[in-house]
Amino acid sequence: MERALEIPSTNIMESIKRNIRGAYTIWYRDVVRFKRDRVRMLSSLGMPVVYLFVFGSGLSPAMAEMGGGRIDFKQFMFPGVLTMTVLFTSVFSAVSIVWDREFGFLKEVMVAPVSRVAVALGKVAGGSTVSLFQGLIVLLLAPVLGVDLSVSQLVTLIGLMVLLAIMMTALGILIAARQKSMEGFHMMMNFVLLPMFFLSGAFFPLRGVPIWMELLSKLDPVTYGVDPLRQVSLRALVPAELMHTIALNPLTYNVIIMAAFSVVFLIPAVWLFGRQK
Amino acid sequence: MHSIKVEQLVRNFGDNVAVDKISFTVKPGEIFGFLGPNGAGKTTTINMLCTLMRPTSGSAVVNGYDVGKQQAQVRQSIGIIFQDASLDDKLTGRENLFFHGMLYGLSADAFSNKAAKLLEMVELTSRAEELVQNYSGGMKRRLEIARGLLHNPKVLFLDEPTLGLDPQTRRHIWDYLITLRERQGVTMFMTTHYMEEAEHCDRIAIIDHGKIVGLDTPEGFKKMVGGDIIMASTDDNEQASRRLQKSHGVHTRIGPEDELIIETERGDQFIPEMISVLTDNTQGIISVKSVSLRRPTLEDVFVKLTGHAMRDQNARDKDKVRSGMRRWRGR
Repeated sequence: MERALEIPSTNIMESIKRNIRGAYTIWYRDVVRFKRDRVRMLSSLGMPVVYLFVFGSGLSPAMAEMGGGRIDFKQFMFPGVLTMTVLFTSVFSAVSIVWDREFGFLKEVMVAPVSRVAVALGKVAGGSTVSLFQGLIVLLLAPVLGVDLSVSQLVTLIGLMVLLAIMMTALGILIAARQKSMEGFHMMMNFVLLPMFFLSGAFFPLRGVPIWMELLSKLDPVTYGVDPLRQVSLRALVPAELMHTIALNPLTYNVIIMAAFSVVFLIPAVWLFGRQK
Repeated sequence: MHSIKVEQLVRNFGDNVAVDKISFTVKPGEIFGFLGPNGAGKTTTINMLCTLMRPTSGSAVVNGYDVGKQQAQVRQSIGIIFQDASLDDKLTGRENLFFHGMLYGLSADAFSNKAAKLLEMVELTSRAEELVQNYSGGMKRRLEIARGLLHNPKVLFLDEPTLGLDPQTRRHIWDYLITLRERQGVTMFMTTHYMEEAEHCDRIAIIDHGKIVGLDTPEGFKKMVGGDIIMASTDDNEQASRRLQKSHGVHTRIGPEDELIIETERGDQFIPEMISVLTDNTQGIISVKSVSLRRPTLEDVFVKLTGHAMRDQNARDKDKVRSGMRRWRGR
């Protein structure tokens, strides 16, 4: 006879432990899958390289006067490309829930003795970790562009990337929570994510743009991710008195807004995901 | 204590009643089958018992835990093999088991012991380090069975466990399940629309349009039909039917292949009598092209209980979908 079954007690500590373990499992699965996927890891460098060296080099002559003439367009774009990588990886990771739903694995998770809140939070952690790694790979391009980073700059950048990743994964889960097929996601991609990305000021300065665009960009959560990444990564190149020509908001302001958006996305995302049929 | 106790369970989807006040109990160690056509409410029932769906009303208790109020306890004490594959293709067989072990809180030692045993049982030990995307359909299903058993569940739910598998693999899977019950006394609740598969169950509930129309052992059901089944193909089925009714008082019906089906006590003795009645010169000869004799199957039981064949039912459901689509297009 097999050993007696361990039935979970109603003890609160036990249940918390069980759910932390569950969230950890979901996170770990994302990491294992990412580690295995070398192709994805390398191809994640493709887009940034194309944007920086083709798009960026092409526009450099036309955009000569940036940061008081201290930086070229490629350097200006670099934090934007970093944002692009983190943003799209985060959202895609979260949306893999829809794949899991279509291909059944989600059911295995849903019938496990783990609450759905834990599953959603594990997914946020997993998506954020994967996109942080992708972002770190892109950071390796910094020296090639003449953007030298000190240790303190690096640490701050990583912190900002984590926050951006959490915010965007939460948004991704919010998008994916009730979706049953990938078709709806392509709609979202074209009408929500791409506009969000382009309005964020990732690829062009938001100074002197039409008023409607300025308003929209202020409502765009990604704006508050690009801005601090740019300020921190170009700190050594653009003197403090000229920073205002490329920066929008104080650093802490950006961080607070990103944290607020994360909460605003996370609560309905977890609620929608956890609701039972 | 019963392994599963269901009372007056109901589930509606809008105005559509998918499961309509069903009640039944499953004893520990029993293999209990839900037999019925597609859309009869089998998967909805299993989803409610597995806590994937909330009942509209009624109660269901699994291993002594209420499926509505004690979800975590129910989940920990059951294993599930879904109708569609629910493995992660990008992970290896062993990793799929490992993640399951983590979700159910198995210690590392308990996991490696149990996983080795189960992989051995389903004959996947040598393929355990391969990615699941390289597995065949039968291998995937076997891995799912192993996974469903990893955390020592007391009740195993199987939703159409051999759907889409070839007959040989199907037999193989059944061998595992029967060994499993013998060795570990696991209770099994399964749904199927294969008659042959239902024969393996200790007891069967026949479900149609969300209602249980009969509950018995396979033998008990077949006794209900009684005796033998004779299938004959003639020139004029209607006249033949009338003539047999008059001469022997037997009830006949027309089968799906336009053959005459007769239920009777002693088929072997009835056949010669039947031939002589049908080829009686004084009434006009009805020529008989072929005659066969068989034991009753659950298909016959199903027809007797519901008044329609399971196959007809599936076809009718398809028609319903089609007419629904037409309506939608017309709008």
